[in-house]
Amino acid sequence: MNAATNLTVRSRGPWGLAFERLRHDRASIAAGATLVGVLLLAMFAPLIARLVGHGPGDQFLDVGLSSSGIPIGPNGTFLLGTDSLGRDVLVRIAYGTRVSLLVGVLASALAVFVGTVVGIAAGWYGGLIDRALSRLMDVVLSLPFLVFALALVAVVGPSLTISVTVIAFFTWASVGRIVRAQALSIRELEYVQAARTLGASHARIMFVEILPNVTTSVIVYTTLLIPGAIIGEATLSFLGLSVVPPTPSWGNMLADAMAYYKVAWWFVFFPGAALLITTVAFNVLGDSVRDALDPRRDTASRSSREEVA
Amino acid sequence: MLAHSGERLTAAHVSARPGEPLVSLEHIVKEFPVKSRGLFTRSREKVHALSDVSLEVRRGETLALVGETGCGKSTLARCVMRLHDLTSGRVVFDGSDITAASHAELQPFRRRMQMVFQDPYGSLNPRRRVGSIIGDPFDIHGLASGAARLTRVHELMALVGLNPEHYNRFPGDFSGGQRQRIGIARAIALHPDLIVCDEPVSALDVSIRAQILNLLANLQRELGLTYLFISHDLSVVRHVSNRVAVMYLGRVAEVAPVDNLYEHARHPYTRALLSAMPVPDPDRAAAREQIVLSGDPPSPLDPPSGCRFHPRCPRAEARCACEAPELAPAPGDAAEHLTACHFPLADHELLTTRTVGQRV
Repeated sequence: MNAATNLTVRSRGPWGLAFERLRHDRASIAAGATLVGVLLLAMFAPLIARLVGHGPGDQFLDVGLSSSGIPIGPNGTFLLGTDSLGRDVLVRIAYGTRVSLLVGVLASALAVFVGTVVGIAAGWYGGLIDRALSRLMDVVLSLPFLVFALALVAVVGPSLTISVTVIAFFTWASVGRIVRAQALSIRELEYVQAARTLGASHARIMFVEILPNVTTSVIVYTTLLIPGAIIGEATLSFLGLSVVPPTPSWGNMLADAMAYYKVAWWFVFFPGAALLITTVAFNVLGDSVRDALDPRRDTASRSSREEVA
Repeated sequence: MLAHSGERLTAAHVSARPGEPLVSLEHIVKEFPVKSRGLFTRSREKVHALSDVSLEVRRGETLALVGETGCGKSTLARCVMRLHDLTSGRVVFDGSDITAASHAELQPFRRRMQMVFQDPYGSLNPRRRVGSIIGDPFDIHGLASGAARLTRVHELMALVGLNPEHYNRFPGDFSGGQRQRIGIARAIALHPDLIVCDEPVSALDVSIRAQILNLLANLQRELGLTYLFISHDLSVVRHVSNRVAVMYLGRVAEVAPVDNLYEHARHPYTRALLSAMPVPDPDRAAAREQIVLSGDPPSPLDPPSGCRFHPRCPRAEARCACEAPELAPAPGDAAEHLTACHFPLADHELLTTRTVGQRV
């Protein structure tokens, strides 16, 4: 009996099917392509800097500024114009992408990890542990984000690590709540009972039985969490609480641009557009992923959309 | 289908002492506190799921547990499996008291008792491959891994009538009957002594039921299994069981060998339950006694005093409301046939429709 080679029907499994659906969804293809572009921009930022011959911190006070000290608009040398110190906006956006993606992905990953572990533990153990963890999540969700961030930065000083920590700290609880709610319903299902009758340990039930069944919503939530984290980072650096100048980030570019929006639209527009396009792409992808992972909800939302139309 | 049975899968150690009690349930009480709505108030209400249930399951037999929805039969099964902690009472498995055993102390017993669940869709994790589900018992108890585990999984799948080549598929790729076979394969993986079957066929198509019941019967013969078989389908119960326990609202109303129970039911509730059994013959169906009980079963939040059945019982008298009847042989019955009733029915005494619900 050689079972492996005799397989005639290949079982694709839930993940394979979801990927197949995603591949046939035009919105997800467009969003995915955009995000690949954003990723390439981040990866090849040094290459872009080399090609145009401007470093991210290089100030071209002579050619990059008009005679009256105003930034100059997009032209052959500065494709997206210059900023208030005569620096190349394109190169700075490319370098800013690195900060945004890094913080967005790291903070989301940290939040998802903590939120999933806490949520599963709260949902599975129930009782006192659940009550303690749920109250903790309530407290975290009720803390004011900016006030807390301002206070923290005032004490330890601005840095990338602080941004990641603060954003993750303020988002894990929402992941935790979703996961807890799901774990609460899954723990009552018969396959969890079956695992218990087999003598499975708490850890095994939480990570072998429950975790695979919450990953769907966790993945969907993660793709929707990343744009939030990117905006969070932009907010922090706009307020000067994240990466320290002269390191470029979309947020601190926008902050610099605020004083110039009347005379140098490109200075506001391009970093703002980069932020907008990236977050919209993540949101669209998140929606598509949700539809792909849960086809029943997909048809429901589609038919309701058709009804509206 | 069952011709293949590897050496490991025949159980030589079982049926060494047939007829002896494998599991004894002694005065089991299980109450569930009702969740309170308020933040600080704690509700005093309790669901009385099981009140003083004593039963024994004998080695090699099939003991059926029948009763309406909500009578506590599934709770009893879960108490046996120690999925619930008891409020009071004892569960004795093969001479060892496992009532208060810890997770670690229970491990050796987990190998010896397993459960087949009602819902073939709910009892298999939809995100895991069938081979890994059936192989779980070996993982958890550290008995086999890698190629050895796969071989065992293949053997088990063949034994329950599944194509072993399908081990790599997901539960969603199987039909209800096949899924129930997967659940059975998982339950017999460690060749346990006892299998608790919690309504194993009630979620299945009628055409599939017989196949699963025959599979269970064949496995019982080949592996020397003992079944605690929960069902509300009396025709299924008659077909599969040796003894039957009828439960009503958390208590055992009557226990007897299957033929005794069906031919000489003593408890009015048993009689009513049997009369509700469909008869596949219109002439006989019209001729027989039809008992329609009035009302619904009372709430287990506040069960009736005395005999739990007295508010709906046509034979109830004052004594039934204040004194709970003991589970004991009715006059003239064998020691095997226990009835919890102050006024057990004689063989030809009718409990007719007319009288039902007139006296409370």
